[in-house]
Amino acid sequence: MAEEPQKPYMEGPMHSTTPVIDPGLTFASVTDKISSIVLKRKTSLAWFFGFAISFALFQLMLLAITNLVFVGIGLWGVNVPVAWGVDILNFVWWIGIGHAGTLISAILLLLRQRWRTSINRFAEAMTLFAVAQAGMYPVFHLGRPWLMYWLFPYPNTMGIWPQFRSPLMWDVFAVSTYATVSAMFWFVGLIPDFATLRDRARSKPFQILYGALAMGWRGSARHWHRYEMAYLLLAGLATPLVLSVHTIVSFDFAVGIIPGWHATIFPPYFVAGAIYAGFAMVLLLTIPLRRFYGLEGFITMRHMHNMAKVMLATGLIVGYGYIIEAFFGWYSGNKYERFMIWNRMNGPYNLYYWALILCNIIAPQFLWSKKVRSNLVALWIISFIVSIGMWLERFVIVVTSLHRDYLPSSWGMYQPTVWDWSMFIGTIGFFFTLLFLFIRFLPMISIFEMRTILPSAEVEE
Amino acid sequence: MAQDDPENPTHGRRDEVERPSSLSGPISSSAHHPHRRHAPPLYGVIAEFETPGDLVHAARKVYEQGYRRINGYSPYPIEELSEAIGFTHTSLPLIVFIGGVLGGIAGFGMQYYMEVIDYPLNVGGKPYNSWPAFIPITFECIVLAAAFSAVLGMLILNKLPQPYHPVFNTPNFALATRDRFFLAVEANDPKFEHDKVFALLQSLNATEVSDVEV
Repeated sequence: MAEEPQKPYMEGPMHSTTPVIDPGLTFASVTDKISSIVLKRKTSLAWFFGFAISFALFQLMLLAITNLVFVGIGLWGVNVPVAWGVDILNFVWWIGIGHAGTLISAILLLLRQRWRTSINRFAEAMTLFAVAQAGMYPVFHLGRPWLMYWLFPYPNTMGIWPQFRSPLMWDVFAVSTYATVSAMFWFVGLIPDFATLRDRARSKPFQILYGALAMGWRGSARHWHRYEMAYLLLAGLATPLVLSVHTIVSFDFAVGIIPGWHATIFPPYFVAGAIYAGFAMVLLLTIPLRRFYGLEGFITMRHMHNMAKVMLATGLIVGYGYIIEAFFGWYSGNKYERFMIWNRMNGPYNLYYWALILCNIIAPQFLWSKKVRSNLVALWIISFIVSIGMWLERFVIVVTSLHRDYLPSSWGMYQPTVWDWSMFIGTIGFFFTLLFLFIRFLPMISIFEMRTILPSAEVEE
Repeated sequence: MAQDDPENPTHGRRDEVERPSSLSGPISSSAHHPHRRHAPPLYGVIAEFETPGDLVHAARKVYEQGYRRINGYSPYPIEELSEAIGFTHTSLPLIVFIGGVLGGIAGFGMQYYMEVIDYPLNVGGKPYNSWPAFIPITFECIVLAAAFSAVLGMLILNKLPQPYHPVFNTPNFALATRDRFFLAVEANDPKFEHDKVFALLQSLNATEVSDVEV
């Protein structure tokens, strides 16, 4: 590790000793190291082991869905008054996780944070796969998922249109746009790397596969110029998009008149929570991955520190959200609002509430310490706790608000069933199945962007 | 977008370009068949460089000599390179802007048509044209259309997918996606004179200069 600050690939006085990239790397070694993970390295036993477990859990998801479609959503624990249960909270949880990927790839690009380069590809993949999980929940929650196309405005024999004044319709457009734009952003980022793989691949099928995906990319200066422009514009579009998506997800709740949902703090508080959960998931995945594939030269301690700090900052915003929610309940002077917050803290689901405070507010405070941020085991554990905490947060928002509304006669309790859990565990399996395939067949670090942050990339005439 | 596209290998005037008759000798350091009678048309002369600095320097010099149908190839985007070859304008931002505007109009128009004209429905006493409620979807349509314009616009202006391109015939060109840098002077440049271009590129610190066929 270099001792003195070296301008091109380090910024800021605080980080003068922790580079964004191992300074000993060259164009050739960066290219060979990342592409060899895909092309040359023998698939390890651990990969097969991890893939097998994920794939088995994925089968559990298929089983859960098949059973659900045959029997109906009575299989889940949802019923009036808690008609939105674990399924909708899982939707929010997964889509929130996805937001860190877009934040890293788009917002940090616009802010010229060069450290994003080695984690953006991976984080974008995580976004896509998380959104894929999220998208399934509302569809199967419909009860008749085969009529899902009714959500889209298409001319039909019934002569009717969707109701565009409903946030649920906004959600359909937001989530499908988000999934499409994320996929395009990811694919555009991959084109030059497909060309790299095409030129490195030894076997014919892989040459054809990567060659077709690279679409004849040849690194032409004119192409690069337009490419960079397209990438920048996409980043500029993805930035407001990602903020709009979780804002609209929060509208699903905030536009409703249920105490505990109807709050103006929801949009910013949901967006911060999404980024918080997302960074926790990125850390949760990159810490073992960089170790396993020996990527410490690319994903340095600098990245770990920065991600931990983002997590701490967004965690504090989320904490502020909880305080404001409680303040709203008291200050509104509305007895239903007051009861809602009292019920969260002391009602039948109070354990969830206090566990959430512990996971989301208390646990991340350890990240103030540099020692904790430098300790990868501690960082991993905190990220894990935060991921659980964000799940609990959505549980508290969805379930405790619904189970005690205005009329005591309509109060009830909610208990997720084994099929709720099967679906959830199954989607985790599906997520990891996709992730394992991704790290095996695609470069998990953007090769061409890594070249740009090398010291030798500076043009010296 | 004519000004956006001076790079066009398969059209143009390459048929008029005569390959120089004296192809033997040291100038053709890596032509595959130096003694063949009927040489296929020449795409251009391509030089290989070790560093980005050498490439940008060479590109500037070649541009200064008045060559315009030139192009650089590099493993990562080099801002100075596109400036050096005189390629600084792209109409992509305009395309994306138009795409976004059209997407927004289409998004709002769709909702207006469906909720106001085709099937007006009184929901909670709100006006039929309750435009604030139409904004989220309008916004999503703007972003979706603009993003499609950015991606498709970039691919179409770049003429991708393009499975074959003469530049792939350059020796070592597979390294253009690793650690080598290339500069091409195309044969359809009005000033193109094979021997002169070849000598010029050789004098610019190139590690290898080769004739590349179409």
